[in-house]
Amino acid sequence: MAVRSFTLKAPTPMPGWGLSFGIMLTMISVVVLIPMAVLLWRGFVDFGAAAMWDVVNRNRVWNALALSFRAAFVASLFNLAFGVLLAWVLVRYRFPGKRIVDAAVDLPFALPTAVAGIALTAIYAPNGVFGSVITQTFGIRVAYTELGIWIALIFVGLPFVVRTVQPVIEEIDHETEEVSATLGASRLRTLTHVVLPMLAPAALTGFALALARSVGEYGSVIFIAGNLPNVTEIAPLLIVIRLEEFDYDGAVAIAIAMLAISFALLLAINLIQIWSRRRMGAV
Amino acid sequence: MTNAMIIPARRRRLRSATSEPTLVKWLLIGLCLAVLTVLLFAPLIAVFDEALRRGWAFALASLSEPDAQAAIRLTVLVAAITVPLNATFGIAAAWAITKFDWRGKAWVITMIDLPFSVSPVVAGLLFVLMFGANSALGVWLVANGFPVVFAVPGIVLATLFITFPFVARELIPMMLEQGRAEEEAALTLGASGWRVFMTVTLPNIRWALLYGVLLCNARAMGEFGAVAVVSGKIRGQTTTMPLMIEMFYNEYLSVAAFTMAGVLALLAFVTLTLKSALEWRYADQLAATHRH
Repeated sequence: MAVRSFTLKAPTPMPGWGLSFGIMLTMISVVVLIPMAVLLWRGFVDFGAAAMWDVVNRNRVWNALALSFRAAFVASLFNLAFGVLLAWVLVRYRFPGKRIVDAAVDLPFALPTAVAGIALTAIYAPNGVFGSVITQTFGIRVAYTELGIWIALIFVGLPFVVRTVQPVIEEIDHETEEVSATLGASRLRTLTHVVLPMLAPAALTGFALALARSVGEYGSVIFIAGNLPNVTEIAPLLIVIRLEEFDYDGAVAIAIAMLAISFALLLAINLIQIWSRRRMGAV
Repeated sequence: MTNAMIIPARRRRLRSATSEPTLVKWLLIGLCLAVLTVLLFAPLIAVFDEALRRGWAFALASLSEPDAQAAIRLTVLVAAITVPLNATFGIAAAWAITKFDWRGKAWVITMIDLPFSVSPVVAGLLFVLMFGANSALGVWLVANGFPVVFAVPGIVLATLFITFPFVARELIPMMLEQGRAEEEAALTLGASGWRVFMTVTLPNIRWALLYGVLLCNARAMGEFGAVAVVSGKIRGQTTTMPLMIEMFYNEYLSVAAFTMAGVLALLAFVTLTLKSALEWRYADQLAATHRH
């Protein structure tokens, strides 16, 4: 046992170790590992942490970062609530066209972001189908404001929560809800105190995936955002602008800042998830 | 006699205890459909509405322009290189991870998932840094007639990064569930390694593989941010379909932009249809999260 724990790979007659491990390691190195290492090297070694901080610590960059994370958070919160509701409706209720709706939920995965971007802009622009109605009734503009960014990010992150929560709802025993009902809980109380806690870990996973996706989203946002510096300029766009100015150091600094904040957020969500799993027992 | 009287009554009470009132049900269904209409269906309709604003002939004519044709060819080429590479990687990674016990698996899986939490723009930036004009490697490659950035290899690398987890993520849970017993049985019966893979493993994973390839292809053909950063957007040379949409759009060539968008929307349509068909038909042979 002691010897075995020091070996990297347990012995097995299964063939293909060298080939499969070789292909895997080569591809991971070339596509992910080395490029990420180059980015970090450029940032921390060539450019330096202090110099990066100087680049990031400017109003325009802070505003872009704040906007990206704020909008992603708002959109993912909406998707969290709506995703749980939609998953519930798709699993528990029967209605005409349900299969089509179920398939359509994945549209944001399949539709290229640039297509989504120009399509959303077309309908939410001041002269668009919905945009004109909203402007006339509420006096607010959707496209070319932060609201437009929210809409684009809600679109992009829509499937994540639905698809993580759906299988969990399918596996809930009706008996659990029956027990709750026989103990005198109202339907609403059963849903909020029995069903929702069971969905929480999966819903959080979906929330984290949607958040990670929408923080970095570029294609669908830039068309609808208006891209006004300090107001509707998202962090990925600022990276593109820095690159177009051949300011590689600036681009690297903002990219590393984005990665750092993203990973801190995902770590926090992971911790919440571990906590909620522990609270729920072994769900 | 008594049974027949009790059962219907009990059933009615059970149903009401584990479901919502009918009115609430229909309100919730209505709410969901309304939100989906505003967010999903309306944009999809808008694409075709805008594309056909000046008729079919006009829309189709915009597709036959040389730049548009070049963009379509480039997108197909990039997908044709990226998707097989990605599938090969996915199969190799899933084989190494699920058929062997070794240390550091969790780290490798994290590395495979990493591209999901990296912005497409940052993905593009990675390859600009590695192969761009300001890196020694990039300068050397350009001097030797093999430019990566602002050329097809850069677009392929960026697309590969973005689609990296698709096939592997599909196969790993699937093959973990299936275990190793079938392969081990084939081995003891004297089959060669390659034969075990072709006749035992591949038939078991083919639908999951197709599922991953389908999603990988949709993303590869539609990727915008990462490709925008590395391509340099040279018309007719390094402009993919999504980039062409942006160019047309910024030049106020609305019909041309939305027609090209319509072609990609049709691709999304085909992808979703095939994907749903796989989910209904071969549910037991896909990773558990896709079973309905």
